[in-house]
Formats: sequence, structure tokens, C-alpha cells
Amino acid sequence: MIAIIDYGMGNLHSVSKAVERLGYNAVVTADPAVIAEADGAILPGVGAFGDAMENLRETGLDAVTKAYAGSGKPLLGICLGMQLLFDKSEEYGSHEGLGLLPGEVTRFSGDFKIPHMGWNKLQFRQADSPLLEGLEEGHVYFVHSFHVKTGQAGDLLATCDYYGDVTAIVGRESLFGMQFHPEKSGELGMKLLGNFLRLTGREGEAHVS
Amino acid sequence: MLAKRIIPCLDVKDGRVVKGVNFVNLRDAGDPVELAATYDREGADELVFLDISASVEGRATMIEVVKRTAGEITIPFTVGGGISHVDDMKRLLRAGADKIGINTAAVRNPALVSEGARKFGSQCIVVAIDARYNPEWGEWEVYTHGGRQSTGIRALEWASDIQKLGAGEILLTSMDADGTKDGFDIALTKAVSERVGIPVIASGGAGSINHFGEVFSEANADAALAATIFHYKEMTIAEVKDDLRAKGVEVR
Repeated sequence: MIAIIDYGMGNLHSVSKAVERLGYNAVVTADPAVIAEADGAILPGVGAFGDAMENLRETGLDAVTKAYAGSGKPLLGICLGMQLLFDKSEEYGSHEGLGLLPGEVTRFSGDFKIPHMGWNKLQFRQADSPLLEGLEEGHVYFVHSFHVKTGQAGDLLATCDYYGDVTAIVGRESLFGMQFHPEKSGELGMKLLGNFLRLTGREGEAHVS
Repeated sequence: MLAKRIIPCLDVKDGRVVKGVNFVNLRDAGDPVELAATYDREGADELVFLDISASVEGRATMIEVVKRTAGEITIPFTVGGGISHVDDMKRLLRAGADKIGINTAAVRNPALVSEGARKFGSQCIVVAIDARYNPEWGEWEVYTHGGRQSTGIRALEWASDIQKLGAGEILLTSMDADGTKDGFDIALTKAVSERVGIPVIASGGAGSINHFGEVFSEANADAALAATIFHYKEMTIAEVKDDLRAKGVEVR
């Protein structure tokens, strides 16, 4: 079973449906016990970094997420959920993140369209990562105004080009993040999500009709 | 860099697609969800549902369509038509829509744009502009109520205004080009693109494959929307994209 961590930030319906379509049982939950039991967890999120951290702290899900990451079971942050994995963000003030990966979240700045919104092409930095196994570089769907500067180059699995390199996929051991929305990124997005889910070892647990 | 987007639009009334569609192998050509899934498979980058239901029941049906669509497709989709309150936006976003399109309601109450952007983020708010050339002004005028009512508002000024209010994108329909199949309105699209710093989706007039290349290279549109030519299979999304790729336009 895959836990989709519900801390009141954004619509989780599409993520949950995508997981089910790939043949896994998805549970949208804020229950620490259910999350701890899950074979894999997804930290989604749309909205502001500060609000998200506040919600996580208020519900105690910050500690639950950290403990989950520490357990060695696969954890995937999507969009804002990926940004939350890092040390801090400068989105409307300075906010501390979960600190699971070194790095910080900064605003795009320059004479170009912000948010970075639409289909951009991934450039794989570590094609041998299990997350990228069997895949070819292609377009995925981004919507964000802030982006991650990783503190450690080894955590960077893929980037895209938007007036400079933008962190698109990060990973370290069983902890992963995707800045784009795999559930909104067509076939390639579903394959990326599928590769993550396969790491849970629960492939085919649900009947796909 | 960002790929140029091709966006089919579906008119939906009381939960059914109303403009004729000509796909083979559809179990139910009137089902917006099945049609959406077909376009997703064919390479559409995004979808727009325009709800033209006139009744409360029809609108309630749209929520169900949105829920089912969100579970079926793997690309973003926008829902527009008859949305006049942030509560309407919230219901549709909760049901799984990625973006909300507003048109007449934004003209009537511009605060709806800023309120929506503040509550849900600019990326969720698409303001649709229906524009027609006004020869007396020498520029374009905004129309509402499906293009039936003139407003006295200058389209270029309105485009700047809605960007300031927090719109994330502009869906720009040329009333002059719409239905002609003579091509997108290059002058209008170019003028709006140059005026604003948010993405512009060109709509109205697509009739041949070359029209897409034109609107991207000559008018600098970020996306192009079409309905009839895709519904009637006059060309496929894949054919449009192959042509664009051959012309050096980045597509997915």
C-alpha cells in the first residue's frame, strides 16, 4: 500500500488515481500509523512553502515524514513536496524545511515568464539511477515559481533548461523528489512514477481493471 | 526551453460533448471523459472543457465529469464556462481540474481574478478574452457572453489589467478568425503576446496544419487551441506536432 500524505495542501485525487492505475493500492491519509505501515509514501503539495511546513508541524506529520525517510522505505516528494525535503526556502520570508537533503529553495529571477509553467525536457544527470531505468529523456509538466539549489551534486538525478539549469529530479538512496507533476506528465510521467513505485516491491498488488 | 502546447477544446453541455466528433473506435462519442482520454493518448498537451450547460443540474454534472476525467487522463486540464465565484473554482479544483477559465465573470467583476489567484495560485487562473477588431479604434475590443456582447473595453489594456490582477494565462479567442478556418489571428495574438508576460493561448481560425506553425513563429503564442479540426479528424495532433518539429518548433 502506498500512503499519500494528506496535510491539507492541494488536490491529491490525481496522484492517488495515477498510483492506482499503475497497479498499487493508494491511501490518502494523515494517520501516522497508516503512513508508518505503508510500503511507499508520497509527499505531494501545491501552494506556499511556509504554509505547508506550518501544516506539517501542526499535524505532527513533519516528524512522521522524517521518520519514514529514516526507515529506508521509498519516499517521493512531488512539486512543493520535493522542495520541502530540503533545508530551507526563501519563499515569502525564510522558512526551515524538513532538512532531509542539503540545499535550499530560491525564487526564479530574471526577465522571463514566471512561473515556469508547461512542458520542459528532462536531461538525465545520472541515467543509472533506478528511477530513470529504461527511460529516455522527454518532456514533463512543470508549474513552479521557486526552484531547488541542491547542496550536493550527487543528489541531482535530472535537470531541465529554463534560463539555466533547473533541478527536476533528486534522489538519495530511497528518498526521491520530482519538481514536475509526474501524474500530469503523460506517458513519461507515468513511467517515472512507475519506477518509483516498483522500489516498494509491491508491483501488481492491486487489480487494474 | 518550454515546448509549444497543442490544446483541444471540448464543449460540454449537461455532461455531454456537443460539437460533433468523428473519432472511430469510440464507444461513446458524446462522453467527454472518453474523448479526453483519446486526446491524451494522441499527444494533446492539455485539454480545455467549456461547460455550456445553462441549468444548475447541468453544472452539477460537470463536477462529475471533472472527477472522472482527473482519474483517467495524465495531462493538465482547464474547466471554463459559467464560473462566477471562488466557491465554483474551489469545487472544480477539488474535483481535480488543474486550471479554471473565466471570461464574462472577470469582466463583470475583475476582483474575481485576484481573489482566485490569491486563494489558489496564479497558475490556476486562466482568463479567456474574446476579442474583435474595432475599426473605429484601430484595435481590438473585448466581447462577453460567448462573443455576443460588446463591452467598450480595449483588449490590449484588459490583457495588461488581468495580468496585474494575477491571471496566470490568457486564452485569447479572435471573434474575427473563429469559424473561418483561415488561420489564427496573427496580429491580435502578436499584439497581446508582446503586451503581457504571461503565456498566451491562441484560439480561433485553425484550419490547416500550417496555421499552427504561423501562430508560434509569427505571433509568439505559447499554445494553440482548436476544436473542430481535431474533432472531425481533419488532422491529428501527431500530424500537427510532426509538422512543427520539422519547422524547428519545440514540441513534446
